[in-house]
Amino acid sequence: MAHPTTGFFTDSTLCIGCKACEVACKEWNEVPADGFVFGGLSLDNTLGLGHSTWRHVKFVERPVTVGRGGNDPNTMTWQFSSDVCKHCENAGCLEACPTGSIIRTEFGGVYVQPDICNGCGYCVVSCPFGVIDRRPDDGRAFKCTFCYDRQIAGEQPACAKACPTGSILFGDLEALGRVADARIATLHGQGMTDAKIYDPKESSVGGTHAFFLVRGDIADYNLPANPEIPTVHLGKAWGAAAVAAGAIAAASLLAFAFGGRK
Amino acid sequence: MRKPDAASEARLEAIRRNATEATVEGHGGSYYGLPLLKPTTWTWEVPAYFFVGGAAGAAAVIGFAGRISGADSRLVREARWIAAIGGALSAPLLIADLGRPERFLNMLRVFKPKSPMSVGAWTLVAFGASSAIATLPMEDRRSRLSGQAGLPVLHWVSDSAGAASALTGLVMMTYTGVLLGVTVIPVWTKHAGILPIHFAASSLGSAAALLELRGHRQLAVRRIATTAAVIETVMDAAIEQPNVTARIGSAFAGPIPLALQLLFGRSRKARQAAAVSALLGSLLTRIAWVEAGS
Repeated sequence: MAHPTTGFFTDSTLCIGCKACEVACKEWNEVPADGFVFGGLSLDNTLGLGHSTWRHVKFVERPVTVGRGGNDPNTMTWQFSSDVCKHCENAGCLEACPTGSIIRTEFGGVYVQPDICNGCGYCVVSCPFGVIDRRPDDGRAFKCTFCYDRQIAGEQPACAKACPTGSILFGDLEALGRVADARIATLHGQGMTDAKIYDPKESSVGGTHAFFLVRGDIADYNLPANPEIPTVHLGKAWGAAAVAAGAIAAASLLAFAFGGRK
Repeated sequence: MRKPDAASEARLEAIRRNATEATVEGHGGSYYGLPLLKPTTWTWEVPAYFFVGGAAGAAAVIGFAGRISGADSRLVREARWIAAIGGALSAPLLIADLGRPERFLNMLRVFKPKSPMSVGAWTLVAFGASSAIATLPMEDRRSRLSGQAGLPVLHWVSDSAGAASALTGLVMMTYTGVLLGVTVIPVWTKHAGILPIHFAASSLGSAAALLELRGHRQLAVRRIATTAAVIETVMDAAIEQPNVTARIGSAFAGPIPLALQLLFGRSRKARQAAAVSALLGSLLTRIAWVEAGS
């Protein structure tokens, strides 16, 4: 049976920072608690995606332009944005995984098989978005599963189902792209000209299956402008290894020649 | 009572636009200064494995070069033993760092050429096995004098394994640099084209150092030690060192042993000091580079 490639479209202009997605994700996936640390001036107590935070609502605080969307110079604007594993088209973690634990599912998502992972940690340093991490007390690497189990059952992921504002949309990836384009056109028409889609199609990541609508500088959302997958460095690194190996083999043989045996 | 007219509605429209037309200003281009990338989860076993596996790989290469050059069989035998012992120590180090050590063999359920971790796991297995087999008796003066029958097959097995051990040893020396370079950690990827050379040269220096400390006085051993120290001295100058440990390690691996060898190379004590320096430098270098990614 052919399956559609599914995706997440997370529209931060609709996010109210309620964290229903975080709660729904934790509950459905039975993810353990991972601390309670507030960051910045706001109500972000999970700080970032990790081994036990698979949805993370960012509270992006920025200065107000008085008279333009705000009146009090002593306060700030809040942009909320629910972050998640990007489920990259070319996934660094998947390519790095030496056990084959990390696979591409029939829905196009990137999934860590918990019964295979041996906790080598190579995926952790291979994710250009800093998403996947090893859970210290468990030993294995964890991240968003794209609710693979729910998708198999024909259901949408827990976070999308629980989102009260439609900020998290789940569905056919191509169709979501058209929804996003229409939303951008609407927002630009209303004068919100800094609204943009974050989906790094031009980088070696080749686009993501979870893409975002954000405003202003993407760096404020801790999103990389030009994410690169590790394998872009393969040629350079193995080339250097080949040069080194050849030189050392030759040097070792030469060392024994011309009286070197004595 | 006011009546809505075109002007009033235009004004209300203007107010609405004013409220929505805002663009947000950035604040330094980060999210509370939190790092975007995850640091490495690797512990001390990983740099220790890089060190031991690299030195063992280089010993196998030296053993093979000595064997086909007809060098003293004691040198060849000890080089092969260093390779075998290093190979045997490497596996537990690599396994100890896993989050689930009992699942090490899952590394061998697939082979993924694009994953340096996968290539490394398979190389370690091939290297460990071949370097262990290469410690079987080889043909030398002793075996010829005793004239034992049936041994030629054993000799052939031993020498074939020695060749396989040297070939995989070349990968053991270099791939750990590839492993760091093929990631997303900027300090590693920036040096992806040089770390394999840096690690290979210090591995070679370590193997020559171990042979020196075992009392092998062949000119070849000294030449190899000097070659490694020269390359490491060039690396010391060429690489922007990521931390203090790396600077110290690099000095111990390159300039210090080179100076000792060139200035006091006739002195056994100086050569031994250079050997200890090379070993220490190789270990510190790896600790420093793994640390730089965390």
